[in-house]
Amino acid sequence: MSLSRTDVEKIAHLARLEINEQEAQTFADSLSQILSLIEQMNAVDTTGVTPMAHPREAALRLREDKVTEGDERSKFQQIAPAAEAGLYLVPKVIE
Amino acid sequence: MFHYKSLAELSSALHAKQVSSIELTEAFLGRIERFKQLNAFITVDRERALAQARVADKRISEGKAGPLTGIPVAHKDIFCTDGMLTTCASKILSNFVAPYDATIIARFKEAGAVILGKTNMDEFAMGSSNENSYFGPVKNPWDQAAVPGGSSGGSAAAVAGGLAPAATGTDTGGSIRQPAAFCGITGLKPSYGRVSRYGMVAFASSLDQGGTLVRCAEDAACILNVMAGFDRRDSTSVDLPVPDYTQTLGHDLKGLRVGLPKEFFGEGLNTEVGQAIEQAIAEYKKLGVEVIDVDMPNCNLAVPCYYVLAPAEASSNLARYDGVRYGYRASAYTDLLDMYKKTRSQGFGAEVKRRILIGTYALSAGYYDAYYLKALKLRRLIAEDFKRAFERCDVIAGPTAPTTAFRLGAKVDDPVAMYLNDIYTIPVNLAGLPGMSIPAGFDGTGHPIGLQLIGQYFKEPRLLNVAHRYQQVTDWHNKIPKGFE
Repeated sequence: MSLSRTDVEKIAHLARLEINEQEAQTFADSLSQILSLIEQMNAVDTTGVTPMAHPREAALRLREDKVTEGDERSKFQQIAPAAEAGLYLVPKVIE
Repeated sequence: MFHYKSLAELSSALHAKQVSSIELTEAFLGRIERFKQLNAFITVDRERALAQARVADKRISEGKAGPLTGIPVAHKDIFCTDGMLTTCASKILSNFVAPYDATIIARFKEAGAVILGKTNMDEFAMGSSNENSYFGPVKNPWDQAAVPGGSSGGSAAAVAGGLAPAATGTDTGGSIRQPAAFCGITGLKPSYGRVSRYGMVAFASSLDQGGTLVRCAEDAACILNVMAGFDRRDSTSVDLPVPDYTQTLGHDLKGLRVGLPKEFFGEGLNTEVGQAIEQAIAEYKKLGVEVIDVDMPNCNLAVPCYYVLAPAEASSNLARYDGVRYGYRASAYTDLLDMYKKTRSQGFGAEVKRRILIGTYALSAGYYDAYYLKALKLRRLIAEDFKRAFERCDVIAGPTAPTTAFRLGAKVDDPVAMYLNDIYTIPVNLAGLPGMSIPAGFDGTGHPIGLQLIGQYFKEPRLLNVAHRYQQVTDWHNKIPKGFE
């Protein structure tokens, strides 16, 4: 399967990446090469095989529902690109 | 001179007051400065390191020291370090001063080790040559026109060049073992779940595992003693007892069964690498091991399988970099969507973007079954290959990489050729098994060759034992690159 420049532009939008026309073409070429590598998987019949998402298949641990961490909001917001009065600032989203 | 001493030797020297941690730290800081052209480090904080060394010296004089107290260790710049830059070699984290310590960093601090600095790497650990770093490529101490391997290339070059006695690394598809092989040192990737991933910047969470790059198996055991253990903050951390890994290094290998997968010796393997591995196997026979052939019929599809799963997980993990809470934010944008897009496009390098795109595509509507689900099924078949092989043998051996270190720039324009570097290491991550690379010779151009050893789940003691016995009868691991004596 090979990808066109338009395909790449669509995927880039889903991934929230801005790419120009030239980059879209370069990525279309390299992604198509990678997809032909990936499609070698089709050589193996996997009918009836249980998918393996994880090397450790035990169920995730549960813990008691209690507070274990303190409030470190101001420490964490010190490294934010823009924060004010305990809030993260982003461009206006509601008119 | 202390820069090529083992950790046990450094520890004895510190305890016998032949050297102080301050002197040791100064010596390594001096070498980092002297061999700056390797570009092995992203951050070196001299004052912080010396302050930690001062505390370590006090602990030693008070008799409260452990085996790693006062020993300088370099950390891959993927481990969050409280109050220190943690960039993951990306522009998007180039201003990120971590507000907390990764569990691994906290464990080294508790042990009294000194943080020498943060090492260079491929951006977000995506790469096999360390050429994908925002901070520029790292050079291989054995040949400065060659790559050190990746993604833990800075850690590997630092240890090989005697800039640090030990370093941490991470391994998602070979990122500890392959650079260890390329730089002629010892690398250990523990079993998935053995070492906490808390505070380790995530790439592909079902594959990522922290480990170490050192000079010998004995040093790897000392480091694993500090790194291994349960952590409630990592939901996949395994609550199993941690043995003293140094205690079983010397066990006899008589009767041990070593499996050789014929799939690891086929087309694509460089002849000189193949010959060195055969010689290493011959050495093992002298140590009394029984060598058998094993079949791993699905392992040749590990690379295609990995290049669905790892990018799929990465596209999800890297969605967090949005320019809102931390890290880089583009300076000019029109609205929120534009801010996300500009921040991410300016912040990520080409290879990271490429993997985000593959992962997004593989997970998108209509393609999920053909790619992601298919890869998960193949992952099961690969894990079962190992399971079957381990019914007949205790350890699997083969080459770490198909070639030795290649020239800087040789593969940057051919991602598929670059990905095939990890053909022998990737299956191990897919299964979650422990693996090592140990030095096993040199090719005709003087580039090191690595022997890969693969163990059963949580059988790191056996793996380290098998590596150590080889290092007792060979001296490849003691070789030093010219100019770095």
